Formats: sequence, structure tokens, C-alpha cells
Amino acid sequence: MDRLSYIASRLLQVIPVIFGCTLVCFFMLHLVPGDPARTMLGVHATPQGVARLHREWGLDQPLWRQYLDYLNRLVHGDLGTSLFYNLDVAQLIKDHLPPTLWLLFLSALMSVLIAIPLAMLAASKPDGARDQVVRVVPMIGLGMPAFWTGIILLILFALNLGRVFPVGGYGHGFTGHVRSMILPSLTVALFISPILIRSLRASLLEVLQADYVTTARAKGIPERRVMIKHALRNGVISMVTVLGLNIAYLVGGTLVVEQVFALPGIGQLMLAAIFQRDFTVVQAIALVFAILVVLINLLTDIVHAMLDPRVRFD
Amino acid sequence: MASAALEPATSLVEDRGRGFAGRWYRTPSFVAGLLILGTLIGLALAAPLVTRYSPTAQDLHHTLSGSSSQHWLGTDQLGRDVWSRLVYAGRVDLKVGFLAVLLPFLIGTTLGSLAGYYGGKLDMLIAYLVNVVVAFPFYVLIIAMSFVLGPGERSIYIAITFVGWVSYTRIIRAEILVAKRREYVEAAKVAGLRDSRIIVRHLLPNVIMQAVIFAMSDIILSLAAIVTLGYLGLGIQPPTPDWGDMIAGGQNFITTKWQLSVFPGLCVVLTGLGLSLLADGVNDLMRPE
Amino acid sequence: MSEPAAPLLEVRDLQVRIPLSRGTVRAVDGASFTVGVGGAMGLVGESGCGKSMTLRAVMGLLPRPAEITGGQVLFAGEDLATARASRIRELRGRGIAMIFQEPMTALNPVMKVGAQIAEGPYAHLGYGRRKARERAIELMQLVGIPDPVRRSQSYPHELSGGMRQRVMIAIALSCEPQLILCDEPTTALDVTIQDQILKLLLRLREELGMSIVFVTHDLAVIAQTCQTLAVMYAGEVVEAGTVHEVFHQPRHPYTLGLLRSVPDPVDVRDVLDSIPGSPPDLVAPPPGCRFAPRCPFAEDDCLEGRKPLLPLEGDRASACIHPDRAAESVREQPVITGV
Repeated sequence: MDRLSYIASRLLQVIPVIFGCTLVCFFMLHLVPGDPARTMLGVHATPQGVARLHREWGLDQPLWRQYLDYLNRLVHGDLGTSLFYNLDVAQLIKDHLPPTLWLLFLSALMSVLIAIPLAMLAASKPDGARDQVVRVVPMIGLGMPAFWTGIILLILFALNLGRVFPVGGYGHGFTGHVRSMILPSLTVALFISPILIRSLRASLLEVLQADYVTTARAKGIPERRVMIKHALRNGVISMVTVLGLNIAYLVGGTLVVEQVFALPGIGQLMLAAIFQRDFTVVQAIALVFAILVVLINLLTDIVHAMLDPRVRFD
Repeated sequence: MASAALEPATSLVEDRGRGFAGRWYRTPSFVAGLLILGTLIGLALAAPLVTRYSPTAQDLHHTLSGSSSQHWLGTDQLGRDVWSRLVYAGRVDLKVGFLAVLLPFLIGTTLGSLAGYYGGKLDMLIAYLVNVVVAFPFYVLIIAMSFVLGPGERSIYIAITFVGWVSYTRIIRAEILVAKRREYVEAAKVAGLRDSRIIVRHLLPNVIMQAVIFAMSDIILSLAAIVTLGYLGLGIQPPTPDWGDMIAGGQNFITTKWQLSVFPGLCVVLTGLGLSLLADGVNDLMRPE
Repeated sequence: MSEPAAPLLEVRDLQVRIPLSRGTVRAVDGASFTVGVGGAMGLVGESGCGKSMTLRAVMGLLPRPAEITGGQVLFAGEDLATARASRIRELRGRGIAMIFQEPMTALNPVMKVGAQIAEGPYAHLGYGRRKARERAIELMQLVGIPDPVRRSQSYPHELSGGMRQRVMIAIALSCEPQLILCDEPTTALDVTIQDQILKLLLRLREELGMSIVFVTHDLAVIAQTCQTLAVMYAGEVVEAGTVHEVFHQPRHPYTLGLLRSVPDPVDVRDVLDSIPGSPPDLVAPPPGCRFAPRCPFAEDDCLEGRKPLLPLEGDRASACIHPDRAAESVREQPVITGV
């Protein structure tokens, strides 16, 4: 089976998972104790409002019917209407998506850029001083909640040392955007990189013991080439896998960080919606996040297959 | 016949234990982790003894004060003693953090054992469930669930259980897949032992350590989640003190009294460090010399 | 057969130690042998006797935490045991090359074989890309890989075991070394392929004039390929000489034991003679001759004092202080009948 069919088959595998996600999102509404409509409207509940929601959500219908209607609407791109803004949710999401996507991309990039040199430093002399330092870093890093790291960075860079970066917001124009993205991306990158450093270091250590590294050294080629072309090239494959496994984490991290830095992405939208008791938006964004994760996972799978010729496409 | 089958398995488990008991005090990471955690838990348990003020007692005449002999770490924006709030918040957060991984551990281990041992359609079904749950970012799901179920401790347990069982399933399943090919399992099967007995008495004791080690880092993750929820106002509700809530409260004052936001975070980091060291130590001890 | 004038490789009393938590393993504790220009020497012994460690020590490729703690490794007069790392690296590939036992793990799984063969010339000799590639194809032809142009684009897992070993040999030859160290290159292969690879190595040696050191536990391979031989036991070289002499007239009880334990297809014996007991723990080896506990001829003076390798007549050497015992035993009961 060649590469294209592999991609196609992976895509097919993805579809049942997405279905499962829609089921989860659907049932979220029904986890609410009592009458969902009344609970959602809360203080603002009026008989008309409740009745309207009942109609809109089809709450009088049998469950399976509701689900099918829900699916039907999804397929047509209808994510419902915001209870709070009275706007089309799909449009709301589209408007807020760019900052989140930027954040995801930059954070992933930064985390890899942080992890690779540190892991290589540690693995080149195991149990040495540098290795010990690099090993402690993830231990501290894993315990740092993303939002707290963000606050620390805010204190350090936005408020004190030279006030280089903006305290929050998205900025204007391309450069404004990028400037405002740096601290948030760094925060998420620091959040995710402990896991990457740990696993890359472990796989590099394993790789460096491998016979083919000895063979490479026996050729007399420069050590740097051995590290990069042989050790890293193999070690990175498992790091891609780990990154893929933790994509959900990365995405989750952006949510909280958006709040800390007041970035107008879908994470902040979701949090605002929670406080506004805007269920439709919450449900829709949860689904969008899930789909994002599934798609990015697919992407990392493909990258992994491209990097590793041993992956059998069957 | 049956006793012969039991022997090899128990001796495998015992050998590990002997090595453990002899070496734990010589493994630096284990000892360090134990010390750090022990101190933190000790302080939390002894809260009434090590603090002078109630964490919720406000003193609006002495807000945002620096450290003094009265208030070791000063007071916050409502005049509450920071040190006492830290300790009492630790009491709640640590308790919830540890308890929250219990159910995921149990559920995940059970499902993982079943999936790994029986394989086939059961395995496929569980793998599918894993894929679906894993697609939702931890925080997204937890936040959504807190929203749906209402904020507070109960929702935290439910939400973390819903999302957290996955990792244990994966780990145990992988270990069981390997372990079930060993001879002592074959011997037990030939001896006619029931599946459940094989899994519980023979397979699990040998594979459970991996899950336990993971549980230690999982506590860090759930603690971080609890604190994050607290920060967002969705977690442990005031007036019960919570590190996340403290950080949120202090965020308005980071220019003048940054300690309010930083210290609670340091507590979380310290707990994380202790748990990581402990997990590392256990890992080292597990490896044969 | 006389020893060539200046030896290419001379190892003198090499010591390799491995510090472990349970103690320091004396993996190689006094290995001495010489290899002449164009010579073929076999290094034979059972698993764990230190023969692989010796080879790696020569190349400076000891795995952590092992290290050379004594002795000399003289390559064309230069001591590699104390040379700078950069000098050792320079010599690798160009002066000395190595072939490993397990070709599947010894080749980079994500790199095409052609690129791996070309890497030496490219990154070490400074060839341009095209020239390196051409050289790789040349080498693949030399080692007998059919359809080399197409094959050079394959990955290691797409090739058979024999092919992979040929690729390894091509890599070893790529920078035209004077000496090739072979660490059990055929052990992991099928018997028929083994034969092909051995013949290939012999042919290449003749055509290119290289020296070979062959590490193996298989005496038959030594008989087929080597001129001289060194026998290792428990980290020490216990006997040395030409293959013919050592096989017909072993001068160390261990060598005798080894020879007797090989099944002889010509003279079918009913009982396979194996050497009773097992090799000593290299953390705390016994005082005196290390083989004494298992030796049928051991006497009191064998149990005290180190037994270094002592020269006998010609190029022969033995660490046994009663070298004639073994020889006597052979006279009574010959070992090799058909060689």
C-alpha cells in the first residue's frame, strides 16, 4: 500500500472517532441535572424562553431523534445560535479561530525548538552535570500549571524587564499579532516541553547505544554528524509520536493561556460562554477542539510515516 | 498441580519486594521525593497546629501587608493571613488531587487488563473509547463538565475520572500483552485456574507498578487541573481556600504584591517536584541492578 | 611462515575495565598479539572472554562506562590507547575499519544503504556528493551486490541478512583501510551465506592487501580464513601462534579443551567433550592462572601469581606454565584428523 492510500485509510479511521466525539458533545447537554433548558437559562428563565429552547433543541423528541437532528445540523455546518449574543455560532468560531491556530502552531514550534537542544545536551553525556540539570527541568516544569507560568512570564517580561512584550491582547497588524503571540506561545511551549524533553532524551539515550551509531562512529565521520544524521534522525521519530500523543494537552494549554493573556481565541470564547451560561457555544467549541486534536493527530501520524521508512503501509 | 503454578508467580513478586526494601534509602531521588512530599503532606495535615489564623478570617485594616512576626507571609487583599491560606488550601488541593486519581486508576486498570488479556473485539471496543476520549483536550472536557455539572469538588472527581482512566488502560494493556505470554501464565492456564484469578493474582501484581508510577505523575496533572479550575472560578468554590483561587485573586496586584500569585504556584511546583522525584526513585528501584 | 618485518597492529598487555555498581569488571586483563601487514589473525574464545571488547578498544569504541586502563595499542607504531580523540577519529575508516555481528541493528534504519556506504567518503574523505555516490556503487559491485544502482536506494530492512552484511563490508572498505576488524561477522547468518561472506572477505583481502582480525567463537571459521591465531580466556590472551601450529599442537589446556569440544565430522566420537565448569567472574578473578579451576592438568604452582603470555619458540606464545602437558595429551589423542 503506498503513501496515498495510507493517508486515505487513516482519514477513514478518523471518521468513527469524530462520530464518537459528536456523541460525547451531544450527551453533554443531557448530563445536566433537571431540565437542561431551565438550568441553562438559570436566572433568566422565562416560560417563553424555556419553551423556545425546548423547540430549538428538540428536547421533546426521543433521544435518538435529537441526536440525528444534531448530526444533521453539524453536517450542514450549523453549530447553533449563541444564547448570549444571539449570533450564529459557526461564524463566531470562525472569527475567533485565527489567534488559537497561531498559538497552536507557534507553541508546537517553540516546544520542539526548546526540547531538541536540551535533550541532545543531556544525552551526549549521560549522568554528567548538564544531564542532571536537564533532567530536573521537566520535574519542575511538569508541576507548573500553564496559567501560572503565563503569569510569571507576564511579571518578568511584560511588567518588568524592559516591558518588551504587551501585557495582553492580540495587537494590530501582522507584527502586532506576532509580538503579542510570543509570551503566550512561550508559556504553552514551556508547558509542553517537559514531556518532550523527557521522551526525546530517553529515546536519544537508547539510540546512542544502538549498533548503527557505533558503525557510524567507526566510519570516522565527525561526531556532530553522528549526533544529527544518525542519533537525532532516529530519536526524533519517537518524539513526533509523543508530540502527537500530547497534542490534546497542547490544545488544552492554549485554552487557559488565552485567558491569562486575553487573546481573543476560541478558548477565551469558550470560557466567556461558560460564565454567560451559553451552552450552545460551549458545546460547539468542545467539538471544534476535539476535531482539531483528531486532525492534528492525523497530521503527526503522517509526518511519522514520512520520517520512518519502516512503517508498513498496511 | 495448582500450587506448582502459583509458586513461580509469587516468587517473582517477592523478589522485587526484597530488592526494594533493601535499597530504598540509598536511592537519592526516592529519598528526596519522600522528604519533600512528606513535609508538604505533614504541613497540610497539621494545619491547625502550624497556623495561627483561620484562612478565611478577614482583617480589612491590615490588607496587603508584608511579612511580619504576626503574619509570616503577610496578608492578602482582604487581610487574610497568606501563610494560613496556603496551608489550608494545600490541605484541600492535595486531598482532592490524590483522591481524584483513585477512580481513574481503578477503572483504567480494570479496562486495560480486560483489553490486554482477552484481546479481540473487547480490545477493539476499548481502544475506540480511548481514541474518542483522548481526542478531547483534558482541560476542555473538564471545563465543559464543570460547566454542565456545576462547579465544586464533586464535578472535579467526575470530570477527572471521565478523562483520566485512559492512560492507565493504555499502560496496563501494554504490560499485560507482554506478560500474558510468560510461562507462568501458561502454567496457570494449564492448571485450570479461572481467568479472573490469573489476571488478579498472577498478572496484575507484576504489571501494576508501572501504573503506580504513572499515578504519581497523574496526581501532578490532576493537581494542576484542580488549581487551573480554581483559577477560572470553576473548581473548589470560595470560601474554601484553593491555590488556584489565590492566584486568581492575586493577579490584580502583581505590580505591588506579586507574592500573592506566585507563592501558591510555587506550592504546586514543589508538590510536582516531590512526586516526580518519588516516581523517578521508584523507577530506579524497580530496575534490577 | 615468518612474521613480516614491522607489524601493522601490535597490542601489548591491553587492559579494559568496566566500573559497575557491583564492582569493576576486568573485561580485558592483559591481551597481547600482533597482526602483520596483509596478515589474517583470528581471535577466538567463548562468550564473555573479552574478544569483542578488545576490538572495540582498538577502535576507541568502547561502550560507556568501559575504558582502557592500561597497555598499548600500537597501530603503525602509534599508540592509540593514549592518542587524542581527534586522531583516533581520523584513523577510523581510513586506517582501521570494523564490521559488526548483527547487520540489522548495525545499519541506520532510516537511511538508504547507498547513502550509508557513501557517507565515509563524503564526510570523512571529503569527496563530493556525486563522486561519493559513484564510489558507493563501485563498492557494492566489489562486494557482490547485484543491481547496485537500484539497490543503493533500498533501506536496510528491505534487504536480506546476507545482503546487509555485504553492505557492512562495503562500508568498512569505503575509505580504503589497512586493517579490518571483524566482530563475529557471520555468526548471525545462515551457514550457506556464512560461507559466501567468508570467501568474499578472503578474496577482498587478497585483492586489496588488507589485514584482517577475525573475532569468533567458531574454530572452523578460523581454520578457513586465518593465518595466525590468538586464544582468549577470561580477559587474557592465553595462547598465540599460527593456525596450523596451534591446531595441531596446542600449548595451553584451554586451547586443547576448545579443540576437543568441536564436533569432528570425520572422526565421529560418541561423547562430545566439553570443558567442565564455567569461566570466572571478572570482577574478582581467581589468583593465579584463571583457567586452573577447570584445568585437568592443574598443579599447585598454577594457583598463585599471574600467568602472563610468555613467548615460546618462533612466534608461539602461551600463558600456561606447563605448556607441554597439552602437547602430550594431543600426541596421545590427536585432535585434528583431517586438516
